[in-house]
Amino acid sequence: MSNEVSQDTITPPLWLLAEITYQCPLHCPYCSNPVNMEETHNELSTDHWKRVLTEAREMGAVQLGFSGGEPLLRKDLEQLVEHARELGFYTNLITSGIGMTEKRIAKLKEAGLDHIQLSFQAANAEINDLIGNKRHSFEQKLKIAKLVKQYDYPMVLNFCITAQNIHEIEDVLALSTTLNADFVELATVQYYGWAYENRDHLLPTAAQLKEAEDAVNRYRAKQQDSGPKFIFVTPDYYESRPKACMNGWGSTFLTVTPDGSALPCHSAKILPLTFPNVKARSVHDIWFNDFSFNHFRGDSWMPSPCKDCDEKDKDFGGCRCQAYLLTGDMNKTDPVCSKSPDHHLMKSITDKAGEKPSKAIKYRSVDKKTRCEYGLNASQSYAI
Amino acid sequence: MTMSNSQDSVSDNVTGSGLTQELTQELSQKLAKAPKLNRLFRLQFEKAQDCHVLLFPEGMIKLNPSAAEILTRVDGVKTQQEICDELRVAFPDAPEDLDEDVKAFLLHAEEKKWVVYVE
Repeated sequence: MSNEVSQDTITPPLWLLAEITYQCPLHCPYCSNPVNMEETHNELSTDHWKRVLTEAREMGAVQLGFSGGEPLLRKDLEQLVEHARELGFYTNLITSGIGMTEKRIAKLKEAGLDHIQLSFQAANAEINDLIGNKRHSFEQKLKIAKLVKQYDYPMVLNFCITAQNIHEIEDVLALSTTLNADFVELATVQYYGWAYENRDHLLPTAAQLKEAEDAVNRYRAKQQDSGPKFIFVTPDYYESRPKACMNGWGSTFLTVTPDGSALPCHSAKILPLTFPNVKARSVHDIWFNDFSFNHFRGDSWMPSPCKDCDEKDKDFGGCRCQAYLLTGDMNKTDPVCSKSPDHHLMKSITDKAGEKPSKAIKYRSVDKKTRCEYGLNASQSYAI
Repeated sequence: MTMSNSQDSVSDNVTGSGLTQELTQELSQKLAKAPKLNRLFRLQFEKAQDCHVLLFPEGMIKLNPSAAEILTRVDGVKTQQEICDELRVAFPDAPEDLDEDVKAFLLHAEEKKWVVYVE
């Protein structure tokens, strides 16, 4: 297929997601990282990352997320933050809080870190530590949340909402208020990576979602313009129109993975496309010229019903990874769309939500051998 | 993880027309106060966007030139009145109701939580 994308119509990336390591002390079964992370030992060097940041910034990228894995596991994080701030990036640290210390949070402030997004797995120790499969992690997160405020960072809390914790959403809202968060993402998990593998364990029912959303709306009504701003992200499995994934392929977002692969989104590695590596080419060259980045730009790639649809500029045909995961063909319309000939797949999945899963939950792990048998107490995961 | 990307442009026509009496009163009280940028936002010029922007966790708001002229003068020290005075000096050809526009914009900025007032 030809790529009829004129260079003039390509806008520069605004958002750079720097996944600096896949290593993580937690093992959340909803992780969006790839299931195969064997290449984790081949991480980019500090100098590579500095060059990537410089090149992306020159092109106009302004938001920078340090993510992973757990970015705190890179000892050069402070150096990279400092470099990024000198370049004028707005620097976001997306962390589990595990491994953070007061000394480090102070050093990161000094380096110019703008914002810390702290993840929680639940609003109580028991479920939080079970989902992340790490004892005392809840305790640590509470401590870090207080430090984030003490050091005057804007604080965003991120709760990944799944069937495992959706019933306690009111506790999540209360905890966020107690911790004095500025923004709270109540992100109903999207099914990529480990979350796709574990979907039967994670997908809430339509009734659970409605109940949770109602609870959030009731809480918002009582807030009277004070306390955290709650952002409820609904899962697209229950929608009739797809999400405008990544604001359009190759339009806004650039992800660089720990080994230097450049991707139009953090899940794209699963697609049958060859993605370029920043070790071999400049970010500019990759963004403007690489086959993979141009492949789904514009609308000449679109199949029916997208190509004749008057909403194609709104959702860009939805998510390529979702089309691939659910239909086996990355070129198809996202099956979330009710106009898609594959839309019946969604109902067959959501109809099963709430049923007892047929296979055991897989905890995220880099090590292949332990990948499936993990768990503080694997049998408990059915009880929550 | 999830990401959001907020971009909205601020209209060029944020005017003071249609304000209620209470608001007008509130506005004149504010004149003597110094607005400052909310700690959640960072203001800077973006070459690639060719405009000033407000940056905040995972998001960006593009500012039009007049919004930028006002916000770049917001420093937690200058009062609203002083900001208006400065702008009239910098833009001698500006319309007479410049003060009203500045006040209305700052009210809008306060509603959006871009600026705060220290009591």
